[in-house]
Amino acid sequence: MSGGVEIPVRVVEIEQATPTVRRFRLAPIDGAPLPPFSAGAHVVTLMPARDRVIRNAYSLIDRAADGSSYRIGVLRVAQSRGGSAFMHDEVTVGTELRITMPVNLFPLAHAGRKHLLIAGGIGITPIFAMAEELRRTDAHYEIHYAMRNAASGAFVDELRARHGDKLKLYRDDCQEILAVDAILPNQPLGTHLYVCGPEGMIEAVLEGAREAGWPEENLHSERFQAPPTGEPFSVRLAKAGITCEVRGDQSLLEALEAAGVDAPFLCRGGACGQCEATVVEADGELVHNDHYLTDADKASGSKIMLCVSRLKGRELVLDL
Amino acid sequence: MPAATIKSRPIYPGLSLDGKARRHLIAAEGEGALAVLDVFADQPDAVARATLLYTPGGSAAQEHGAKLSALDFDGLHLMPTQPTLLTRLGVILQTATMGTRIYVAGVEGFIGKVIASAQTHGVDPQSVRAEHRGSLARRVQCVHCKGMTENVTATPFVCSHCGLNLFVRDHFSRRLGAFQGVCVDAEAPGELPAREELYL
Repeated sequence: MSGGVEIPVRVVEIEQATPTVRRFRLAPIDGAPLPPFSAGAHVVTLMPARDRVIRNAYSLIDRAADGSSYRIGVLRVAQSRGGSAFMHDEVTVGTELRITMPVNLFPLAHAGRKHLLIAGGIGITPIFAMAEELRRTDAHYEIHYAMRNAASGAFVDELRARHGDKLKLYRDDCQEILAVDAILPNQPLGTHLYVCGPEGMIEAVLEGAREAGWPEENLHSERFQAPPTGEPFSVRLAKAGITCEVRGDQSLLEALEAAGVDAPFLCRGGACGQCEATVVEADGELVHNDHYLTDADKASGSKIMLCVSRLKGRELVLDL
Repeated sequence: MPAATIKSRPIYPGLSLDGKARRHLIAAEGEGALAVLDVFADQPDAVARATLLYTPGGSAAQEHGAKLSALDFDGLHLMPTQPTLLTRLGVILQTATMGTRIYVAGVEGFIGKVIASAQTHGVDPQSVRAEHRGSLARRVQCVHCKGMTENVTATPFVCSHCGLNLFVRDHFSRRLGAFQGVCVDAEAPGELPAREELYL
């Protein structure tokens, strides 16, 4: 259960890619090669903060050919809940961390005839890996990468060197807008679209594609949302007989982990479905923040995703 | 409509218009024409953006082709046989763009072949809208010689390629769009179970 096998790693290189993005090279402490992963995969990084273990999912940029290291990219977010601040302020070369096995919830559809990769800001990390795999397999692809300004474009030089004119950049400070209606027309049948970036951008791109008659099967997205904050509430596990409080700045999953419960998780971002729990009783309204449950599931009030959803009320009772 | 009792067999939800599609590409066979008429007859805007390929198959006498012609599709290809229709479809798929919705209606073997053709052009089988119309006859692949026999209505039957007596298994290959036929009298040649007309 929980996140599965953990791999102890050491930070061997830190690169300040932009003023707010750092790239970390992680090497296995026991020296055994890190497992290969498919492009689009992420790992959950466990950070030993003073009072707790912080767990955040980060997309994998690449793996050294001999398996001696992985790279992840971390954006320092303004309202960090601890994770990105820890990676930027506390982690130095030599810091020991743990990561989970790679999990891929954003894979390439290899049967596709062409691939449109669309990234905004730090959303470039999985896209970077996907573009590399497409280049290696001599596939047909385009990369569309939107950023605030030249300084915030992590990866631009490396991408340009590898992908040449397959890379198109959009800089906010030059009034260059990534308009989905300009990208979508005349794409060959069998084209797949992948988008990763801020929530608003993902929604706009997917909505534009749906309006242009693209079938759902060809649309792929990944959002790593931090668990939304809210009012504190208390949670009771009916089977285990455990009761604990969920702070306003804490997710349900984090509160259970802090209470010593080995709860299942994979993506920690409301996408994968691993942490689905059955609601026995809810003294209040369930606030569903995930992208996994169907609208019918959400309306039924009988299911909740521990990683991002919460209760607006007093007490939640789960069948755990 | 065949019962959904065979786990490996796809469920065909039936044709429905995709209002957001920029183009409609429809392949129909035999009685499938009626499914096309049901969906497109009252939709002049969709018909004006639609290409229809139709082969009458066993329904030639019904003159469905004439009813379809009356609808004024943007492109209409009345084809003599399934293979000629599939060749024409392949050419159209080669230059088709995203925003094109694919529809197929007719017997199951035809549905399977159209979906397989779309798949070779990168289209996910789930995004092809399909409706089973007409006979329940099966397309069966002999597991021994790999030959395909079309329009199998009874089990056991004689493989049209290698001549073995084949029992039709209730197991469907989505890749091939066909059921599986296995030699029924391998141990005691000539000892055959009674022939049953199950798939009319």
